[in-house]
Amino acid sequence: MAVDQLKRTSLYTVHVQSGARMVEFGGWEMPVQYAGIVEEHRAVRTAAGLFDVSHMGELVIDGPGALDSLQRLITNDAGRLPVGGGLYTPMCLPGGGIIDDLTVFRIGERRYLLVVNAATTDKDFAWIRDHTRHAEARDRSPEFALLALQGPQANEILGRVTRADLSRLEFFHFMDPVDVAGVADCVISRTGYTGEDGFEVAIPWDAAPEVWEALMGSGRRDGLVPVGLGARDTLRLEAGLMLYGNDIDETTTPLEAPLGWTVKLDKGEFIGRDVLVRQKQQGVRRKLVGFEMLERAIPRHGYGLLAGGLKTGQVTSGTFGPWVNKSIGMGYVAAEFARPGTELAVEIRGKPARAAAVKLPFYKRSA
Amino acid sequence: MYPKDLRYSTEHEWAKVEQRRVRVGVTKFAADKLSDVVFVELPQVGAQVTYMEPFGVIESVKAVSDLYAPVSGRVVEVNTSLSEAPEVVNTDPYGRGWIILVEPKDLKELDKLMTAEQYLKAIGEDPE
Repeated sequence: MAVDQLKRTSLYTVHVQSGARMVEFGGWEMPVQYAGIVEEHRAVRTAAGLFDVSHMGELVIDGPGALDSLQRLITNDAGRLPVGGGLYTPMCLPGGGIIDDLTVFRIGERRYLLVVNAATTDKDFAWIRDHTRHAEARDRSPEFALLALQGPQANEILGRVTRADLSRLEFFHFMDPVDVAGVADCVISRTGYTGEDGFEVAIPWDAAPEVWEALMGSGRRDGLVPVGLGARDTLRLEAGLMLYGNDIDETTTPLEAPLGWTVKLDKGEFIGRDVLVRQKQQGVRRKLVGFEMLERAIPRHGYGLLAGGLKTGQVTSGTFGPWVNKSIGMGYVAAEFARPGTELAVEIRGKPARAAAVKLPFYKRSA
Repeated sequence: MYPKDLRYSTEHEWAKVEQRRVRVGVTKFAADKLSDVVFVELPQVGAQVTYMEPFGVIESVKAVSDLYAPVSGRVVEVNTSLSEAPEVVNTDPYGRGWIILVEPKDLKELDKLMTAEQYLKAIGEDPE
């Protein structure tokens, strides 16, 4: 990707002052780590972590045709969403390949907010605008900063700086407009990308540093730490969540990825439906599996996956999982090798290292 | 942070002469940069290593890096404790975090490496 000038969030200075190591990600200059990936990862599993995810895009579809347009664009069923509710969904090309994965929130009778990946925001917006009828699509990304507060202490920490009643906020629901740390017009959703309980808070762009400082102040005694993209990636991988551009992209379909639960074939026509119906009837040729290494070695994105000694696919994500304390990965294999327990191998520096397919996720929090 | 009795390579390994042998590890700079070392792939005892050629691999949570031999010779010992506790590379890079012990072909090869002072300059830190 050609990047002339890296974009910065309104928290850039805060990150640098907090000792963050900054890297390029999706055209943005973002913190990859503060104290260290392992320490940050553990803090989110045991206490709480605060993430700046302001690079993500926010698109709004507004008007009488908003729901119909959205239903054609996504595979999941937004028809069942009440105002205040949200869902996770892929958005597909006519051939079934995934343009992006996103969260959709119904913010009004005829208004929907879509939170999309940073690197795909422009592409998504162009696609959505071109497929919106009798409604207006707007890219409101520059207006919103986005923080994620994740971990078992998140509820306590956020509860001290807002009057919003978080006990009424269920998973994948949101409240708006609410005050957070004295900043009006915030949106709080009970969502995240870590496998923990937690929230995402949308804030007017320039006010993010105030909210960040207030949350850090509220959470310090609970063990809250700032968390960078490094631990965000290891946390989501342990939780078995897809990373767009690695695990899913325009060459993979939701049925090849473990996203069949987001494909509602009976909701009516939508873009990509024909191909997905055919894949559902005939079965997919390849599937994304989770796997664990059986020997000491770390799988990485792009390494070959072998089954029965023959190349069957590629690792799409891999790491040492700091909490599960083992080497884990995901990747596509021919469908017959996707069953949990199947012995696989990962080609690491020219040598096969033994692995076994396992059921996702690698980590599930105890209820 | 960068002991004066060690020699340093451009790839951030250190070499320490112990009698007729050379102990090898990675520098504090490299360990900090990698952060969270979780795996070290070691050569076999008896393997031949060559000056500034890869002899192993070090992995952090995030990244994979080759290890380069700061001296040519034969590996006479490897730090097997790294398989259970790779994090000592971060916490004690010049001590318990050592990686291999080499019987060098020619100790004079070490003259090609940097002194602590030169290395500090190379990584952009002030020699104290």
